Amino acid sequence: MQKSDKKAIVVKNLVTHYGSRKILNDINMEVEQGEVMVIMGGSGSGKSTFLRYLLGLQQPTSGSIELLGSDITRMTESQMHHMRKNIGVSFQGGALFGSMTVSENIQLPLREHSKLDQNTMDIMSQMKLEVVNLAGFGDLMPSQLSGGMIKRAALARAIILDPKLLFFDEPSAGLDPVVSAELDELILQLKTIMKMTIVVVTHELESAFKIADRITVLDRGEILMTGTVDEVKNSDNQRIYNLLHRQPRKDKVDLDEYLARLTGNDLSHLTTN
Amino acid sequence: MRQSIEKLGRLTVNAVEELGYGFMVLYESLYWLLLGKFNQQTVSMREIAVQAMQIGIMALPIVSALCFSVGMMLAMQGLETLKPYGAQAQVVTGIALSVTREFAALITGIIVAGRSGSALAARIGTMKESQEIDALQVIGVDPVRYLVAPALVAMMIAMPILTLFGNVTGMLGAALFTNFELSMPVAVYFDRSFEVLVIGDVLQGVYKSLVFALLIVIVSVINGFQVSGGAEGVGLATTRSVVMSISVIVVADMIFTFFLTQL
Repeated sequence: MQKSDKKAIVVKNLVTHYGSRKILNDINMEVEQGEVMVIMGGSGSGKSTFLRYLLGLQQPTSGSIELLGSDITRMTESQMHHMRKNIGVSFQGGALFGSMTVSENIQLPLREHSKLDQNTMDIMSQMKLEVVNLAGFGDLMPSQLSGGMIKRAALARAIILDPKLLFFDEPSAGLDPVVSAELDELILQLKTIMKMTIVVVTHELESAFKIADRITVLDRGEILMTGTVDEVKNSDNQRIYNLLHRQPRKDKVDLDEYLARLTGNDLSHLTTN
Repeated sequence: MRQSIEKLGRLTVNAVEELGYGFMVLYESLYWLLLGKFNQQTVSMREIAVQAMQIGIMALPIVSALCFSVGMMLAMQGLETLKPYGAQAQVVTGIALSVTREFAALITGIIVAGRSGSALAARIGTMKESQEIDALQVIGVDPVRYLVAPALVAMMIAMPILTLFGNVTGMLGAALFTNFELSMPVAVYFDRSFEVLVIGDVLQGVYKSLVFALLIVIVSVINGFQVSGGAEGVGLATTRSVVMSISVIVVADMIFTFFLTQL
């Protein structure tokens, strides 16, 4: 890390819309190099959407997203193509290509960004399979793997180019506790051994507390707070407290609104929802 | 009343949007095909070959069989209608022209739309639903370059070849039935067919098949990339893509024929 003073990610005043509905409202976030930042929030909090913008899959309404010092919202396509080399992504469902073997999946980024010969690529993908404990599974098709193996294979594909930034969407979703604990361990190893900056999107509290250096709590499209694990745990914000203690949301029921919803009359004052 | 006008308006906006999207995808495919090499986004020759195999060679038996049947059917109708005028021998001319100019390309188009257009829509749709399209993008692979461009080239190669095959099997079907009805030898039938046919007739079918190939790819891709709503969404998009492709082909064929016969 030659430029240790530089932030890995700087998000400033990010506002995004889905159609005319505002999804993210004035998001500001900074991620230091080499830290594990967990973006936490319940369903519908906008955390998956936030990730899509961090990956440059969508253009925001306003605001800027700097990855490794360059603003990806103002990049040309070829600049973005170069930036992609520094970014690894492990998607929620793995998103392995069903028509390729595990090895071919892992080698695809190499094929795109390098001119290495097949032998070298084989060795490199073999090494990454070792890292994620999937040695010997390279010739299988994704459909032959279990849920946990798919996630690990996806992780191997994400780190094949030794990216500086690793994004991880819901690492423990749909996995049993043991497998998900193993994945957490793997994420920590990547941080210490490969010095990657890692952003994990999750709603799993246990996993978040275990791997995070800092946590950003997202709720209804806004950041409630960013802080260390202890700071988040000790927060006196009611919404964070609810999230951490699995309290159901207790929105006040407005009787008039409720009746209007039921009868379908006079919805004009509800359109802001 | 207001609702139906609203609906019409919305449908129109959607249609224009889809059309625009289709042309954008077409433009991007051509862009990658021509300039991909200079942007580290080369269109894979291997993928084109695989797809051409899938779209072309694998469809040969069914295209041949259906063109054969249509040729035979045309012979039956032709002989029946020409009988009162004692002009049965003229059936050869009619069939030679209608098969090469019209039917071979049309039948091929319908089969390819059903086989490969639907497969393309389903493939793209499934990949979108499982975030594989997103994965392609973050890896730095342009989805249009990777998924659409090879299919487009493969389709443009396979369709004319299938159509030429359809020409031969269509006329073979007609020849066999004519042999049976008028005891005209198959060789004589083909000799007479080739006497009336000019290269322009065959080319007409080939041009049509190229246009159909383009239309099938555009329609399938539009529907594939629009998928939302899981497995059901993929199913809906696939169905819509087949129905739309076939409709577009038939209408385009009609327009094509109008201009070719009037001008």
